[in-house]
Amino acid sequence: MEPFRSLTGVAAALPMANLDTDQIMPKQYLRGVDRHTGLAEGFLHDLRFAAPGVPRTDFVLNRAPWTQAKILVTGPNYGCGSSREHAVWGMRQLGMGCVLGSSFGGIFADNCARNGVPAITLPLPEVERLMALAGDPLRCEMTVDLERQLIVTPGDGRTLHFAFDALKKDMLLKGLDAVGLTLQYAPEIRAFEQAHLRTQPWLA
Amino acid sequence: MTPRTLYRRIVDAHTVRALGDAGQVLLYVDRQVLNEYTSPQAFAALHAAGRTVWRPAATIAVVDHVNPTTPERNAKTMVIADAERSLQVRMLAENCARHGIALYDMLDARQGIEHIVASEQGLVLPGMVMAAGDSHTTTHGAMGALGFGIGSSEIEHLLATQTLVYTVQQSMNVDVRGRLGFGVTAKDLVLELIRRIGADGATGHVIEYTGEAIRALGVEGRLTLCNMSVEAAARGAIVAPDDTLFQYLHGRARVPQGVLWEQAVAGWRQLRSDEGAMFERSVSLDASAIAPMVTWGTSPDQGATIEAAVPDPAQEGDATKRRSALRALEYMGLQPGQELDGLPISHAFIGSCTNSRIDDLRDAARVLRGRRVANGVRALVVPGSTQVRAQAEAEGIAQVFREAGFEWRQAGCSMCVAMNDDHLGPGDRCASSTNRNFEGRQGPGARTHLMSPAMVAAAAVTGALTDVRRLLPSDIAIPAQAGIREP
Repeated sequence: MEPFRSLTGVAAALPMANLDTDQIMPKQYLRGVDRHTGLAEGFLHDLRFAAPGVPRTDFVLNRAPWTQAKILVTGPNYGCGSSREHAVWGMRQLGMGCVLGSSFGGIFADNCARNGVPAITLPLPEVERLMALAGDPLRCEMTVDLERQLIVTPGDGRTLHFAFDALKKDMLLKGLDAVGLTLQYAPEIRAFEQAHLRTQPWLA
Repeated sequence: MTPRTLYRRIVDAHTVRALGDAGQVLLYVDRQVLNEYTSPQAFAALHAAGRTVWRPAATIAVVDHVNPTTPERNAKTMVIADAERSLQVRMLAENCARHGIALYDMLDARQGIEHIVASEQGLVLPGMVMAAGDSHTTTHGAMGALGFGIGSSEIEHLLATQTLVYTVQQSMNVDVRGRLGFGVTAKDLVLELIRRIGADGATGHVIEYTGEAIRALGVEGRLTLCNMSVEAAARGAIVAPDDTLFQYLHGRARVPQGVLWEQAVAGWRQLRSDEGAMFERSVSLDASAIAPMVTWGTSPDQGATIEAAVPDPAQEGDATKRRSALRALEYMGLQPGQELDGLPISHAFIGSCTNSRIDDLRDAARVLRGRRVANGVRALVVPGSTQVRAQAEAEGIAQVFREAGFEWRQAGCSMCVAMNDDHLGPGDRCASSTNRNFEGRQGPGARTHLMSPAMVAAAAVTGALTDVRRLLPSDIAIPAQAGIREP
């Protein structure tokens, strides 16, 4: 996993509530067996395109400066629905590396953490402030500094401290391989498993 | 010791070690089910790192999302023309063979939707932790277990270590007083709960369902309830085990027999929240006040009783919800104030991991007996598993569906997620026993109204959304297992 320390760039606002992973990555893009390629086009496909290859010119990600967006400011419960990790892979492939919102689909947020993408939960008034800034082409640039847990918005001269899970932060900052870390505990897992199955043999 | 909820007791019993002090644990997982579209990337990563599968016997694999559901099932019909989808199925078979994982492929008599198959086979037992690369893994809470969905990276982690790095959630109690009324099912109950608390109402929580109405539900009704709890953002949904569940489990393929069964049941009887356990949130519902539900929008919380009219977004105080409602009505082609009862449909679909078990088919068949699907409506029934299909054929239910003019198809996810050839076209309006009414879910531009299987049957025969209670024989007065019990 690539480390994430800090990201500066254009933020785009997606204010819709409950934007589900079926919309973030529609079914026609779920045919692959590869997580690395081919999913950028599928990201928010029906919102971005009126027909295959025909962009909706009024959609935020198709308008300057948001064609360069690196950060998404999202409405409540963004990424709800299906567990498809393709929703995160596609976003990364299109060049976006951070999402900010008042709440996220739980599996989606976990998937983000496993792909070097901080999904940062903020109080609703702060999301509304960032949403307003992201909607303004002259003030939409911001910095997300994970190490110091700060969102810096030159557009209004503010700096916001955010809460973030310590374990996920460490994984993201160092770009750690979660499987490798857990396998350090392999003897402990094996011992737990043996006791678990010995005391409750019907679980085997 | 501080009294604990059943959820916390299950988590504690599966904690290998605490990880840091921010509430994460290394959680041992008893069972996993793999499917063909979220597992290939996990195996690819596993192989790239030169790792192997920790405990192959803890996992089964099922082909369910992309397989055809043609009425006939044989080596000729179970062929996937699409090269990419075909590759997904082939890779699942190769990965399972390589690691010694049991696979129920397209021609296996046990094949079906992963969550239907798991409970049918007795794969998930009370007190277990179950994870799978599908959000509807919450289903298995009906077994008195903790089930939750994970992404492909977590599947890889689970395959390699039999554990997950798990964030302990908060506990939420949903207590349902009284009994469900005539013609009202577990589906109506869960749609009412989601309407009440919202599509993000249980974010960060695992629900424990309690109360008289829950105890009165059969296991299949509880499976429906726990399945759709994820549509309120719950990270799990549990019903404490009881005799109803033990009866359901006894004798199933993967359930212990003999002395081991007796030991297991004695252990399972202890699985409940401790007296005085604190829930971070509590919600209470009166089952007797719930009527048959339908959704009018594009989020599962945009629902109403069949007696209601389409709400007016202008009356919605919250700006975000107002915008969502306006967009939903435009997509759904509906006007504020329009009656839901009588809204014409073009399609009726009974299927999905939410509502395609035998009780669901029995409920629908009761409405269909002696009736015909309305002109201009295409009606499909896709049993949740090959075993459910066989049982329905043995009971004569299949014949009821066929005579009514339903297509009687093979098992799979089918038109719930539309990843195979079963999908709707733009503007099609479908009465559907599924779980998600998202834009485009059943096909680009398709309009989905979620409801119970009996309500789908009522819509199919009248050609419009209909209160099923008008079509049920008046001597059926007792609410049921999944739904409507014979007197």
